[in-house]
Formats: sequence, C-alpha cells, structure tokens
Amino acid sequence: MLLLVLLLVPLVGAALVAPIREQVTAKWVAVAVSVVELALVVVAWFAYSVPAAQGGTRFQLEFAVDWIPAFGTRFALGIDGFALVMLAITAVLVPIVMAFSWSEKLPEGRTQSGFFALVLATEGLLVGVFAATDVFLFYVFFEAMLIPMYFLIGRFGGPRRQYAAVKFFLYSLLGGLIMLASVIGLFVVSGRELGQGTFTWVELQKMAASLPESTQIWLFLGFFVAFAIKAPLVPFHTWLPDAGAEAPVGAGVLLVGILDKVGTFGFLRYCLPLFPLASQKLAPLVLTLAVIGILYGGLLAVGQTDMKRFVSYTSIAHFGFIALGIFAFSTQSISGSVLYMVNHGVSTGMLFMVVGLVIARGGSRLVGDYGGVHKVAPLLAGAFLVAGLSSLALPGTNSFVSEFLVLLGSFPRQPVFTILATVGIIFAALYVLWFYQRTMQGPLRGSAVLAALGGGRGDGPGTMIDPAVAAERGATGFPDLSKREIGVLTPMIVLILVLGFFPGPVLDVINPTAAATMTEVGLPDPVGGVSR
Amino acid sequence: MTPVLLAQATGGAITAPPIAYGAIAPVLIVLGGACVAVLVEAFLPRHQRWPVQVALSLVILAAAGVTLGVHAGGSPAALTTLGDALSVDNPTLFLWGTLLLLGLGSILLIADRSVEPGGAFIPSSASRAAAAGGGGESVLPGIEAEDDRDYGEPGSAPTMQTEVFPFALFALGGMMTFVAANDLLTMFIALEVLSLPLYLMCGLARRRRLLSQEAAVKYFLLGAFASAFFLYGLALLYGYAGSVKLSAIAQAAAGSDRSDTLLFGGLALLVVGLLFKGSVGPFHTWTPDVYQGAPTPVTAFMAACTKVAAFGAISRVLFVAFDTTRWEWRGVLWAVAIVSMVIGAVLGLTQTDIKRMIAYSSIAHAGFLLLGSMSITEQGVSGTLFYLLAYGFTTLAVFGVISLVRDADGEASHLSQWAGLAKRSPLLAGVMTFLLLALAGIPLTSGFTAKFAVFAAALDDGMAPLVIVALIASAVAAFFYLRVIVLMYFNEPAPDGPTVTVPGAFTTAAITLGVLVTLLLGIVPSLALGMASGGPFVG
Repeated sequence: MLLLVLLLVPLVGAALVAPIREQVTAKWVAVAVSVVELALVVVAWFAYSVPAAQGGTRFQLEFAVDWIPAFGTRFALGIDGFALVMLAITAVLVPIVMAFSWSEKLPEGRTQSGFFALVLATEGLLVGVFAATDVFLFYVFFEAMLIPMYFLIGRFGGPRRQYAAVKFFLYSLLGGLIMLASVIGLFVVSGRELGQGTFTWVELQKMAASLPESTQIWLFLGFFVAFAIKAPLVPFHTWLPDAGAEAPVGAGVLLVGILDKVGTFGFLRYCLPLFPLASQKLAPLVLTLAVIGILYGGLLAVGQTDMKRFVSYTSIAHFGFIALGIFAFSTQSISGSVLYMVNHGVSTGMLFMVVGLVIARGGSRLVGDYGGVHKVAPLLAGAFLVAGLSSLALPGTNSFVSEFLVLLGSFPRQPVFTILATVGIIFAALYVLWFYQRTMQGPLRGSAVLAALGGGRGDGPGTMIDPAVAAERGATGFPDLSKREIGVLTPMIVLILVLGFFPGPVLDVINPTAAATMTEVGLPDPVGGVSR
Repeated sequence: MTPVLLAQATGGAITAPPIAYGAIAPVLIVLGGACVAVLVEAFLPRHQRWPVQVALSLVILAAAGVTLGVHAGGSPAALTTLGDALSVDNPTLFLWGTLLLLGLGSILLIADRSVEPGGAFIPSSASRAAAAGGGGESVLPGIEAEDDRDYGEPGSAPTMQTEVFPFALFALGGMMTFVAANDLLTMFIALEVLSLPLYLMCGLARRRRLLSQEAAVKYFLLGAFASAFFLYGLALLYGYAGSVKLSAIAQAAAGSDRSDTLLFGGLALLVVGLLFKGSVGPFHTWTPDVYQGAPTPVTAFMAACTKVAAFGAISRVLFVAFDTTRWEWRGVLWAVAIVSMVIGAVLGLTQTDIKRMIAYSSIAHAGFLLLGSMSITEQGVSGTLFYLLAYGFTTLAVFGVISLVRDADGEASHLSQWAGLAKRSPLLAGVMTFLLLALAGIPLTSGFTAKFAVFAAALDDGMAPLVIVALIASAVAAFFYLRVIVLMYFNEPAPDGPTVTVPGAFTTAAITLGVLVTLLLGIVPSLALGMASGGPFVG
C-alpha cells in the first residue's frame, strides 16, 4: 500500500498543481507534495528490512492487484534494495530541483505551474518504473515517463529545444518499441514454458534457467538496446548532449540524475536476472561499449565548448563505469555500480545546477565566455569546485567510494577492461580541473563576465556572446550565490560529504540485493586474484 | 434441366430457410430504418427533415444496439442463419457492437450544424448550380461552385442536406452484413450496399467542392475496379470449390487434387478487393485523396467504420475459408503488410495536410491489422477485433477534433495552420495530443493495448520478423504524430491562424465518446478483451 501511495502522491499532485493560476501558490503546493513524497520515502526506507532481504525475500512492501488477465499482467509493486535507493535519490532530488527552479527564467508564454506539474508527473512515473515488479507494468511506466520529460525539454528548454525534445523522444521511443518486441516475446515464451503467459517478474525469473540460450540472446538484445539508449552507452548516446544542453536546468538534473539511471537499473533488474546466459555471453560486448564510453565520453568532455554539453559528456563517461561494474559480475562491483548511480545523481546533479547558475548570470553557455569568476563570486566558484571534485571522484567525496568499489570488484574477473577504465580517471581529472581553471580562476575575462560587469565586451579570449544580447542585458552584475541558492546547494554538498565518509547505511541496503542478483546470474563471486 | 427446376418450383422443393430473427435483428433494424429514412426524406417538408432524421437515426441505432445486447447477453452459441448466408458468431456480435457505436459517433458528427453553419453537406453540385440561377448550364458546376460561398436561399437560414442520414444507415447496414457474410455472394452484395452510399457521401462537401467531387469520382472508379476484382475472384473460387460458401471452400482446399491455380488466383483477386476497402498498401492510393476531399464527418465515418468492416471480412475469409492453405498465401500477405506499413509510415512523414497525414497513418495501421488477420488463432482474432474497436474510436475523435479547427475558408487542415494551437485552445490541443499518442501506441492509451494484443498473437504464430518491422514502422510513424504535437505546443501561432470553433453538443458528444473509449481501453481493457476473445469465427 505504501508504494501505491508513493506512486499516486506525485501524480495527483501534478494534476492539482497544473491548473493553479496563482504561480506562487502553485509552486508552494508542488514543493509541499514533493516534501510529503520525501517523507513517505523515509518511511519506506525504515520499513524496508535488510535482514529479510538477506534472508532471501526478493521484494518487500509488495502490493498487487490483477490488471489485464488476458495479458497475464498485474498491477504489482514491490521494492528491493536497488529500487529503494533509487526511490530515495529521486525523492531527495525533486524538492531540491524545485527550489532551484523557483525563479527560473522560462521561455515566453510558459507558466511555472506547468513546469512544476511536469516535474511532479516525472517523479510519479519514475516511482512506477522503479517499483514495478511486473514487466508489462514496468514497460508502461518506462514509456509513459517520456511524455512529461518531452514536454519539459520541448516547452521550457533552450533555443534548440524542439530539436532536442524530438530527438530525445524518438530515440527513447525507438528503444522502447524494440524492447516491446522483447516484452511480447517474453510473454509468448512464458506461455510456452509455464503453460500460461505471465509478466510477473518472480515467475519469469524462475523460468530463466530453463530458457535456451538463443532465445535469451534475442530477448536480451531487445531490452539491452532500450536500456543502452536510456543509460546511454556509446554508440546510443547522441541524444543526451542535445537533450541535456537544451533542457532547463531543473529538468536536466532530473534527466541526467535519475531518468538515465532507469537504463542501468534495467540492466540490473531485467537483463541480468531474466537472461543470465545471454548476459554472460554478451558481457564482453557490453564491457567494450562501457570502456569506449568511459574513454570517448571523457575525451569529448575535455573538448567541449558548451558548458551543459560538457556535463552531459561527463555523464556518458560515468555511465561507462556503472555498466562496467554491472557486467563484471561480482557482488562488489554491482554494489559499487548501484552506489555509483546514487552518487552520480548527486554529484552530476550538483554540477548541472552550478553550471546552470553560471549560465544564468552570464547569459552564455560557452566556456570561452567566462574566466576568473572566482574573483566576483567566490561561493559559486567554491560550489563549482566541490561538484567538480566529486565528479572526478576525489577521495572523501561520494563518487570515490563507488568508483573504487566498481574498479576493485571488476578487476578479478575483467582485468583488461578495468585497467583501461582506470585511464578514464585521468581524463576525469583533466576535464574537471581544466574546466574549472578556465572559467573560475585567473583574471576576470571572457565576454559574458565582462559584459555582466558592465565592462563592455572586453578583449578576453571568449568573444562568442552576441554583442547585441550583451548590450541589451546591460550590466547585470555577476552576483555571488543568493540565500536561496545556498540553501539549494548546501544539501547537495552535505550529501556528497556524508556519502563520501559514511556510505555504510546505503551499502547495507544495496548489498543483499546485489548478492541476490549474483545468485540469479548464476555466477560465483571471483575470490581474490585474477580468475581465468 | 428445365423439368427439374420446374419440379422444384412447383413441387415446393424449395423451402424458405429458417431465419433466426433474434440474432439478425440489429441488421434488419438498421436496413429497415434506412428505408424509413428514405421515406422521411421524400414526404416531410424540408425544414422538418433534419430533426426527424437525426432523431430517427439515433433511435434506429439505439434499437439495434438493444436487440444486439439482448441477443449477446444470453451468451448465445454461434449460429448460421438465412440458409447459411449469415454467420452470427462471437466476432460478428463484437463487430456489430463496434460498428453500431462507431456509427453512433459518426452520425453525431454528421448531424452537427453548429461547427459549419448549416452542416457540412449540400445537395449535389448540379442542383446547386441550377439553384444559383441562370448560367448553370453553361459553366461546369464544380468550377462555379469553387468560389461560391452562398449557403442557401437569401434571407433564409442555411439548410442541410439530410439525405446523408439514410446513406449512412444503408452503409452501416451493409457493413454489418459484410462482416457477418458467410458466403462470398452475400459478401459481395453487402460490399456494394456499403460502398455505393459512401461514394455519394464523399461528394457532398459544402466547401472545397472540386476536391470533394474529385474524391467521390476517384473513390467510385477505383472502388468499382476493386469490386470487379472481388467478383472475378469469387467466380474463380466458385469454379474451384463448386460453392461460394466459405466453409465449402475450406473443405475443398483441404483434401483435393483440384487445380491450385483457380484457388490461389481466386484468393488473390478476392483479397485485392478486400484490401482495397481496408486501404492496405499497395491498394491504398485512393485513401489520402478521399480522406482529404470528403466532408470531415464522412471521413470519420469511412475511416472508422469501413476499416472495421473490411478487416472483419478479411479476417473471416482468411480464418474460415483459407485456414488450411495458410502456408501458401502467407508469404504474399507478409509482403503486403510490410509494404503497407512502410508506405504508411514513410509517406506519412512528407504530408503537409493533416487529413492526408491521418490517411497515411490509417494505411500503416492497416498493415498492423493485417498481422492480426494473418494469425489464424483465437488470439489473432481477438487481437484484431480489439484493435478495430480501439482504432475506430481514436480515429473518430481525431476527425471530430480536425473539424473544429477552422478559418474563413472552412477547415484549416494544413499543418502549418495548427502552429501554436495549444496557446489558443489548450483543451483541444490536449485532447488531440492524447489521441495522437494513442495512434502512436504509447502506453495507457488504447493504441498500446491494441498493438500489444495483435503483436503478441502474431509473434505467437511465428511472425517475429514482421513484428519487428511493425515496431520499427511504429517508431517512424511516431515522428509525424509528434510533429503535430510539436507544432501545437512549441511553435508560435500564426497571426492570421485558424480559430477553434466551440463545438455543438453533437460533436462534443462524439469526441468525448472517442476519447473516453481510447482512455478506458488503455487503462482497463479487460472487459473489451474478454468480449473479443469469446470465440473465433464460425463458418
């Protein structure tokens, strides 16, 4: 029942917020709904029993009613450790995103009530995606989730928002439809194996052992393509830089921070347990893509001139690490990957926000238009540094723990891929620090900064900002963080540090499910040394 | 020979076949009601016709629905009646219900007089040209009517041509017979009964006379062609099996050393005629022109009901008569389905007129439907039936919405005119978005459930490659639905853009009906799925 409430609260909230004409009221109602949701997730966190999960209970807090008997599908909700931490990060990020977007400048003619309602709708559908224990139901939420995000990007985004929104939608829809082929296939196959078609995850998982490998490979590929587009893995990634760059910052945080995790969550929940033989067989392929993603994403991040695209490319590199951990098949690496999913939501979410704040002040997305921001906005620059260091996995920040776990857990089974992935860390240091140095350090320079400070166009290296735009904006100044912005960023910094020093409670929740997943894959943990 | 016939005639050897009146009452009511409607047209004064016709049509549909409900409520066994000419089995009952409901929605759209002052229909152009006075004979009527925006006698309220109501009822009766026909001759007659009124209805548009007349002529010529194909195929099959009964053809094909040429030649020609009606590519060429040219309420009627009738018949023919030879013909229909899906999805991308776009969408959907018709299994039948129900209502509502977006020249069907519509009329844009998402097959709409049902049946019957093609075609088609959504929501409205007419009660009711069914079938489809899977075709 709790999960049903968790699902319904944001959806009903969205329906309530959308028609409110008074914008401030709408925003407060939306924030209240999201805080209620957060409180409910806290309740769920404590209701979730780790010992029971260790004892072999696959799903907890279950809720199920029959939905469409003809398709063997039930409206079934339930959470394991993976789902719980994903719900938690979702519920934490949404209020922060709302507070961040409180006075976001929207394109002409758009209302904030619409924006906040769409954010709530996204949250509700994400809860459905993570909590569904019926493959059909999962698919329904997986596809439905596209629609609010499509409108968030397309209605509220940057200048090329239409292109980005359509690209995002079509990529995801194509992936979804390919997955639909596998979903239908799973139904048909289960009808043959079990006598009656079903979509119940637990039943399908029991069936997995007896499925022939060739069938598993076909079904696996359908799911894999959809999740690889969502995650995104190279070469299915090209929609993300566009969508990330054009999305309004709040939606971008949700997109990169949570929505994309649905892909990696899907690998863990659906690809590995339902198609264990295919997962093992195709793991080298996925690992190759993952490592290419780490290196290629990192390399492109170094070369980006657009700040939001930069964040998107760092994400692609990070998703490579997550996929590496998942398909290296050890409890440690899988736990690391799930923790990585949480941490990435925090650190990249924060990076996105900080970049958004910089862009809001300077009016340009180009790296070259900024320089020496630290001189005028030291707090902003400091927050930028924290987010960046977390992103490059400095020890003491959250990402270090997860990245280390992934590499440590992956090495025994996949030494070559792990060593190659480690090179990605160097790229991470390069792109973060160089980016920080160019925009925040040194003398004041860059046309956006100078224009904002009223010093004309200046003769700095960055001259990409449109002079007319700069003149029109006039000297807006380049203020440091406001109280609201400090309030928004503080919890993120706290999360970064707390998860960096005390990841224990989260790992306790994740570990039993990671062990269960390993059992379902049917592989023993590699014990020390290099296994052959 | 002659003496034998004489003996039969005089000796009472021909007995009237028993008729299950209870089972076929819906058809009798609709066709009988259509005759009454003709009389109304003939004897009532002009100003009384519209209210009487509307009321009569609604009463007829309701009465037919009630008798259908009474019969189906007793969960009857499948039966054939009228000397095996009609088969009243579960699919028939389901399709009748679907047709009656869709017919109700269409009649509501047709009856509306508030959207287009005086209704969307006028008498034939010739009489208008004459009524316009004087030079009617010297000028081609269509050309003159093109710029003629005189909607009736000066000083009098615009009137509506009400003969469209009996036309619609006759067409509907024909469709109901068509899907129940158990032998090919009955099927042919039903085909003509449903087609002829449609040809006429296409040409009745009040605005854009030339386009409307061109559509009517094109539809008529190509339709006549297709009927000829059907008839030819029928003749060959009769030559093969010695009977026009579907079950007899199946028996003949099951175990005989007769010439396969006749069988497959006959099947091919027969199916061409049926595929034409279902607007399946590559027999689709009439569809965009006719959808665009016909008055929008008639387009809605054609798009929803004709599709149901055509695919009901295709499924019945394939299921009952050609079950045993499925491995021979399936390859060809595979190709047809692929062609239809590809044509619909790809050419739909290039359209700039929304009615043409929906026409190409209907061609793609016809390809999907063919997957269900080809699966000769119970799931295939129930999936197809469900798909028809879902698609019919979505399309009906789509055309209802299209008829509301107008500018000074009538409907603003060019896509560019839809830009920024969400700003002017958020409700209409929201409804249209929902319907387009249903056409694209997004979950929580009926389109998704229907696709799932059909594709699951097809996959189960060994058509995995076809399902993949269908899913890719769905993704391509999604692009043009999305384009409309983008236009409505993300673009700035044109300064002299169209206005959204506040719909009258009839149109509102039709659109609401369509949207509600689309939503309900997406969320709680169990009831309809259960009804659709009550049993397969019985010959």
